[in-house]
Amino acid sequence: MSEWLVEVFQPFLALALAPGLVGFIRWVKARLQSRSGPPPWQPYRELRKLFRKEAVVSGNASWLFRFAPYVLFASTLAIAFLVPLLVVPRHFDMVGDLFVVVYLLLLGTFWLALAGLDVGSAFGGMGSSRAVTVAALSEPTIATAIFSLALGAGSTNLGAIVMATMSEPSTVLTPGHLLAFAALAIVTIAEAGRLPVDNPATHLELTMIHEAMILEYSGRYLALLQCGSWLKLFVFFSLLANLFFPWGVATTLTLGALAWAVVTLLLKLVLLAVALAVLETRVAKLRLFRVPELLSTSFLLALLAITSSFLLR
Amino acid sequence: MTPPGVLVAGAVVCYLAGALAAFLSNDRWGRALGALGAGSGALVSLGLGIAALTTGSVFTAVLGVLPLTGLALRIDGLSAFFLIVVALVGVASAVFGYGYSASYQGRYSLRRLGALFNLLLLTLTLQVMADNVLTFLLLWEAMSLVAYLLVLTEHDELATIRAANWYIAITHVGFAALLAMFFLLSAGDPAAAFDSLRANAPALAHRNMIFLLALFGFSAKAGLIPLHIWLPMAHPVAPSHVSALMSGVVIKMGVYGFCRVVLDLLGGGPAWWGGLVLALGVASAVFGVLYALMEHDLKRLLAYHSVENIGIIFIGIGAGLMFQSYGLMTLAVLGFVAGLYHTINHACFKGLLFLGAGSVLHATRTRNMEEMGGLIKRMPRTALAFLIGAASISALPPLNGFASEWLVFQTLLGGSQIPQPSVALIMPIAVALLALTGGLAMACFVKAFGITFLAIPRSRAAEEAHESPASMQVGMGILALACVGLGLIPFFVVPVLGRALAGLGRLPSGAATLTVSFPLSIPGTFGSMSSPLLAAGLLLLLGLVPLALWLIGANRRIRIGDTWGCGRIGQTPRMQYTATAFAEPLRRVFAELYRPTQDLSIDFHPESKYFVQSIEYQTEIHPWFEKLLYQPLIRLFRQIADRVRWIQAGWLGLYLTYMLVGLVALLALAWWAP
Repeated sequence: MSEWLVEVFQPFLALALAPGLVGFIRWVKARLQSRSGPPPWQPYRELRKLFRKEAVVSGNASWLFRFAPYVLFASTLAIAFLVPLLVVPRHFDMVGDLFVVVYLLLLGTFWLALAGLDVGSAFGGMGSSRAVTVAALSEPTIATAIFSLALGAGSTNLGAIVMATMSEPSTVLTPGHLLAFAALAIVTIAEAGRLPVDNPATHLELTMIHEAMILEYSGRYLALLQCGSWLKLFVFFSLLANLFFPWGVATTLTLGALAWAVVTLLLKLVLLAVALAVLETRVAKLRLFRVPELLSTSFLLALLAITSSFLLR
Repeated sequence: MTPPGVLVAGAVVCYLAGALAAFLSNDRWGRALGALGAGSGALVSLGLGIAALTTGSVFTAVLGVLPLTGLALRIDGLSAFFLIVVALVGVASAVFGYGYSASYQGRYSLRRLGALFNLLLLTLTLQVMADNVLTFLLLWEAMSLVAYLLVLTEHDELATIRAANWYIAITHVGFAALLAMFFLLSAGDPAAAFDSLRANAPALAHRNMIFLLALFGFSAKAGLIPLHIWLPMAHPVAPSHVSALMSGVVIKMGVYGFCRVVLDLLGGGPAWWGGLVLALGVASAVFGVLYALMEHDLKRLLAYHSVENIGIIFIGIGAGLMFQSYGLMTLAVLGFVAGLYHTINHACFKGLLFLGAGSVLHATRTRNMEEMGGLIKRMPRTALAFLIGAASISALPPLNGFASEWLVFQTLLGGSQIPQPSVALIMPIAVALLALTGGLAMACFVKAFGITFLAIPRSRAAEEAHESPASMQVGMGILALACVGLGLIPFFVVPVLGRALAGLGRLPSGAATLTVSFPLSIPGTFGSMSSPLLAAGLLLLLGLVPLALWLIGANRRIRIGDTWGCGRIGQTPRMQYTATAFAEPLRRVFAELYRPTQDLSIDFHPESKYFVQSIEYQTEIHPWFEKLLYQPLIRLFRQIADRVRWIQAGWLGLYLTYMLVGLVALLALAWWAP
């Protein structure tokens, strides 16, 4: 029973921490750029503000526009249920594996892209068109990287992959594992809409992707969408952290192990967040038509990963 | 007669009565009677298929209606499964067709349409039961001819005639290959029962030749690359309920024939057979979706997606054949099950999408997406049905497309068990390309649904669109329910399909290898997935979010405003993204593959080149390798036709002489040949 409780508790922990993670990244970035910047808890304030405001909806929009934020939020939260954050083995493994996670991501993209088209503005269409392009091109990388991880663990179930890495720590240093990590890291940046693929802080029409799709949203809808995209970043970061560096994840349900799991997870997330902040400070946004080159590089890395895991079996 | 016999007879009688009644009555009654016959016949054969599949009983009968051999019929698991596929789409498109064909009244013959529709369903139903060579071939040809006549319904359009010509040409090239294949397989005996072929197959000479001919012949019917060329032409020009049947079912006969001959009769073969099928499947999937993306004719877009999905089906089957050759039987069963599961899923969602496109065509009189828009408010039910179909074909969980693509993925992951690493490396490449296909299909259906149904109408016709009549909505509703239902019950479908395949080509009995518990996890594969739990979880979360918003006291007011236009007031449809613009980034990414031709001419003001008077921009994408492949062939046939033209004098006496000479020659040949 308590196992179930812990597993159901995990996604809500993620939901509570996700705005903080984004706020932390912004804070580090500001410091790196010699600005004082808003405090790390600023995203929580943004959410409170948005939830209090009334929503303005375009007269062109249909029910789909108002429904899409709920779908996006629910599907992202569902992903948070499927990703191992604190404990393995997991009961939710039987509900879905890595492929389910990937296709739930696509489900969110599908609805959001439709919502972008629904209001009939050029911005929305532009954002949708670019978002589906990026999603379609990052898909093969994710699938191939999954394949190479699954080869090592003998399973596409996330909990099983984490367990396999924990029981044989030396696999982390195999070329297959490292290459797969690199590939998934690039895809994380693309999927979460961070620099150099997309700039979350921009509202310049020629460069935005995610922001263009949600341009027409306001009030609680915007809050749900923002929260969903922050949660997505949190989940992707935890996935990267726990799939490739699983140490600290609790295998027993003692209070000490759980507390240690929370501490190590936070530590890993902070490390990744600082890395992302440094990267975003160092690089400029890529031209849209250079993005496919980046994604095909990540695909090549994934393909190399799988080849090496085949040959070094 | 046994109970299955009664049902077979019932279905045949319904179809024949429907065809006859439609043909003999007038247009108004012909429409109703034809739909009634087709609908009831399909319902009976649906019952037959389900009964045969669940009880596992095998039905055989030989009727003396054909000379030489008799009409030999047999229903085993494979036939029963395909019977269900035929019947499910048959019922829906018959109901839909009743409302849809009303708009043909006075323009085209509804008597003919109703009669042919019944005959097509009849030949399809009997085709999957055929149990000897002659029965199979005769029904195959009858099916092709009836489908040809149905494509020709709108016979005064030039595009229709062109499409029908391509269809009949390719289908006959395929038929010739099948004739040769069966000739080799049965050693020239047209009466050979499939049982005896099955027994003789292991010791047969020319097994590779037979396989290649079968692959050629059946892939011409299925629309596998490179023999797909007729498909995007012929499916769009047929009436929409016929398109649904053709894309949903008729091309699946290629899949059925391939499984029947290669898996059942030949019993599988060396690994390269499976590898070739897998490679063709991957090529079709990627090619189909890439060209679908560039298509702005709604029905042509759907037709290209049929090429893609047939590819996915053959990926499953090809992987199955490969595993079978390596003796990995559990994985082999899984591959075939994944292919067949995707077959019925594709039949449902592609049928649904074609019916939805038909409903849009009915309301707006155009197939061009650039003239649509805003239909979700004018035709809400059609929009919902199309949305379900679009989500299914994009393999979004928890609908049916996802269940079968997940199985295909798991099958391919099993490729790591193949002992030769060089061969096994095919699998991850197939996985990557399949994933690319999935992502591109999602992109394509965002375009198809978004441009067609959302935002502001782009033309008067779209503005004045109206919801279609009840019968059409019911037709779409049936298939939409099937899409949702099939997505929720993979734990039931997979073992049933495993049982249906048991015994074909040394595949072990499904019960022993595929014990699928409630969450779908299969021994011998990598992962587990439970679509009912997933669906329940998603619904629960979807319900919890508004509840949570209410609990935290979020502001619930909504104000209706204008779309942001950078300060400009008065938004027109021309400010929206078009389908062409939507697909532009992907067109640039894959420019090497598309090789688009562009033509840009700018007319400057004579005084200054900073003032532009007019800009003309034209771009066209034509599948270049089709030109590369087919144009030399066409040229060759033209030359041959020119050479032998002199035979044709148009004089009856001469033709009678030809026939006499031909007969004498055949008799002489029969005399001399041993």
